[in-house]
Amino acid sequence: MSGAIEPQRVPSDGAEPRGRSPADGQSVVTVNGTPRTVPAGATAHDLVVALGLAGRPLAVEIDGRVVPRARLAGCMLKSGSVIEIVTLVGGG
Amino acid sequence: MAVGPVPVVDAALADRPLRVAGLTLASRLVVGTGKYPSMASMVRCLEAAGADCVTVAVRRERLVTAAGENILEFLDPARYTLLPNTAGCYSADDAVRVARLGRELLRDLGNPGAEWVKLEVLGDPKTLLPDPVGTLEATARLVADGFAVLVYTSDDPVVARRLKAAGAASVMPAGSPIGSGQGILNPANLRICLEMLKGDDPDYPVIVDAGVGTASDVAAAMELGVDGVLLNTAIALAAEPERMAHAMRAACFAGRQAFLAGRIPRRLYASASSPVDGVIGTPRHTE
Repeated sequence: MSGAIEPQRVPSDGAEPRGRSPADGQSVVTVNGTPRTVPAGATAHDLVVALGLAGRPLAVEIDGRVVPRARLAGCMLKSGSVIEIVTLVGGG
Repeated sequence: MAVGPVPVVDAALADRPLRVAGLTLASRLVVGTGKYPSMASMVRCLEAAGADCVTVAVRRERLVTAAGENILEFLDPARYTLLPNTAGCYSADDAVRVARLGRELLRDLGNPGAEWVKLEVLGDPKTLLPDPVGTLEATARLVADGFAVLVYTSDDPVVARRLKAAGAASVMPAGSPIGSGQGILNPANLRICLEMLKGDDPDYPVIVDAGVGTASDVAAAMELGVDGVLLNTAIALAAEPERMAHAMRAACFAGRQAFLAGRIPRRLYASASSPVDGVIGTPRHTE
């Protein structure tokens, strides 16, 4: 998968970004609170790679469910999905 | 250079290790990994404190700035049991989500802490006091999901008992609000918690979590008979964190040994240490 995964421009009138842009075949997903466009057919693994996070310690949740690392490559992103990518930080 | 507390080589000082949820911890001090001046300082402090279980938080990856250093570059998962927390969660739903993400992260690392969670469900941002209702609900849900739940709670004995009944692997009452450094504000409540939780189950682990300001707070908690103390800020924000970490280790050892040794009862009046008889001069006796 070589398609660029970029932050989605939020319309200046504050309207919600559309869930799908049929003209260019891209989907919009929300990653850690920010809308992003992904190529249609991109997987969760593609997203992790495109974000430069491959190989880093992380866990991924899609629409409220944890997706184990081994299943990221088989997990196709759906337009409108809400994705959280987390890691460990210092804490008490 | 060994500058820590006296190593326990004397059989008279033998103690059984702390066991929580089937895992054995060499240290009764569990230390957090937040707020240190640097990662290098954190590493030295964990070493000085003698901790083998340390807490970590689960947070969003930063996607905007270039990814910086990750705490796992500094914490050897083969050396430390990592205890992921749900800090910052204000609902049972959020805490359950964070716990599951932490488990996934630690399973990837092959760390024994993967099946553990330090559960926090907060009720108020200023005091960081726990929400007892959300905490109880999240405990039950996480236990049902297979977690060993080490649960942060207040020093309310009845809530503590409910959390144990819900299946918590360890109940962890706060000595005082998180990061406040006020120490053990209500030792009487902690004593009642200990009676209720350990009365007919002496091996049930009770850990004081939060509120420690200095070494004597750790000693005081351990002297009450708690099984361990979890702290972070008191070391991380001390003027000399590494020195404070040593002090905490020594205090934990001292407090534990004092508890095992069995303190004398408090008395209102004096009791002479030297023989009353045989004093030269004119002895004085009370009526």
